[in-house]
Amino acid sequence: MEQPEPVIALRGVSAELGGRPVLRGVDLTVRRGEVVALLGANGSGKSTAVRAAVGQVPVSGGELALFGTPVRRFRDWRRIGYVPQRSTAAGGVPATVREVVMSGRLALRRLRPLGRADRAAVDRALGLVGLADRAGDPVGSLSGGQHQRVLIARALAIGPELLLMDEPLAGVDLASQRVLSGTLAALTAEGVSVLLVLHELGPLQPLIDRAVVLAHGRVERTVDHPAQLPESHACHPADELPPSAAPSLQTGIL
Amino acid sequence: MFEVLDYAFMQRALLAALLIGFAAPAVGIYLVQRQQALMGDGIGHVALTGVALGFLLSANPVWTAVLVSTVGAVAMELLRSSGRARGDVALAMLFYGGMAGGVMLINLAPGGSTANLTSYLWGSVTTVSEGDIAAICWLSVFVLVVTLGLRRQLFAVCQDEEFARVTGLPVRTLNLLLAVTAAATVTVAMRVVGLLLVSALMVIPVVAAQQATRGFVMTLALAMVFGVLVSVSGTVTSYYADVPPGATIVLIALGLFLVVSVLALPLARSRARRQAAREAVPVPEAAGVAGA
Repeated sequence: MEQPEPVIALRGVSAELGGRPVLRGVDLTVRRGEVVALLGANGSGKSTAVRAAVGQVPVSGGELALFGTPVRRFRDWRRIGYVPQRSTAAGGVPATVREVVMSGRLALRRLRPLGRADRAAVDRALGLVGLADRAGDPVGSLSGGQHQRVLIARALAIGPELLLMDEPLAGVDLASQRVLSGTLAALTAEGVSVLLVLHELGPLQPLIDRAVVLAHGRVERTVDHPAQLPESHACHPADELPPSAAPSLQTGIL
Repeated sequence: MFEVLDYAFMQRALLAALLIGFAAPAVGIYLVQRQQALMGDGIGHVALTGVALGFLLSANPVWTAVLVSTVGAVAMELLRSSGRARGDVALAMLFYGGMAGGVMLINLAPGGSTANLTSYLWGSVTTVSEGDIAAICWLSVFVLVVTLGLRRQLFAVCQDEEFARVTGLPVRTLNLLLAVTAAATVTVAMRVVGLLLVSALMVIPVVAAQQATRGFVMTLALAMVFGVLVSVSGTVTSYYADVPPGATIVLIALGLFLVVSVLALPLARSRARRQAAREAVPVPEAAGVAGA
């Protein structure tokens, strides 16, 4: 059987940060429709691998291709949704959830003005992450988990074929983790490919097709359908809430 | 109707104040968003070298200031984006270099002394000439076209630069454009509020507006309203009370900030209460995202 075309292909990729080698010959392939998790200790290079894949860290050796095009020459950014690590520094000026998610549409619009189709796409993305009723709220008033969902909605607003997420579960309460795994399941059902950096598989474990464990900038091992990886439990103060008190999806309220 | 409008110099002064009231917060909001509120001050100090260069070359100091402060702003942006110098250190260098350069050049100019710089340091809106007005108009139009026309792009870049790069936006170009726009604003505003108070008109209206707003576009709009309000009322007040316009404008702006902060306090409290009430309501668990 022929395997589907790879959407991300790293072959012997090395990269440096400030002169220090962080990736030392990483091989990694994500095929169309796959969900691949990058695991590993702090400093193992998993974030750098994702940032190299979106062209934010220069590759010093090996080959890195997105949709078959070397990343240096890749310009079709509307096919890619990127969720960077949630920054702790808030911007100096308030911004609404809608305004932040709207900037995800700029890959399509570049310097042209945004229109009705863009608003509809933003509404849809906010619905997917269960924040349709918070569109007009300032981002600064959200919890960590809700903020993370805003960043994911921003990446989804463009309708990407490939989603890259850097630690989407870090500091996220269990309720938001469940929303995220539901969102991810809906996306993969539509054929979206996903590469995500995780500390632990947590509630996403049933969705993961392959887990790649990095150590010291190299692939330590690869596990298909990683049910056998020991699952550690998430630890967040909000997790102690009874399930009935957890905020859940409210769609169509906008 | 208003006696103040009978004089040609006051008409020019008020037109200049109006344009600057619009333009300065429109640029300032992006600097505040990127937590570079002091960048305007840095450019202001560099502009001083430009003004002195104008005296030295017997050219219009407004245009030499535009030139030199643009070079300074671009250099600062390149330093910031290359990560070679921390933002505050780069800014400090700019402060010292600009001040020292200005004092040195003005003393080299024939018959020049630091007294020539005073009207640029503290502003002297009533001596704005026809030629100055033309320069101020052109520069204001440029600033407003960039900051309003590209507001979504500039917002995205100032909010999350890495994400903006991955959407394929020309981030470096937009950053340089913002630096050039900030330099243009500083030189436009120096005749009105003076180089040492320029940054106040870029920052205070924005900070005042964000006490009462929840979104970026609303903040931008309100900041521009506040900017015009303080710059025009400050210019008129300075005429009637015979006090320096720059200081008057800045003090009115600070007063406005205090008033808005106090008025916005109950507003923020009631919002927080409403939100707490909404989050306390238990909602039945939805079945996945199938409905989305």
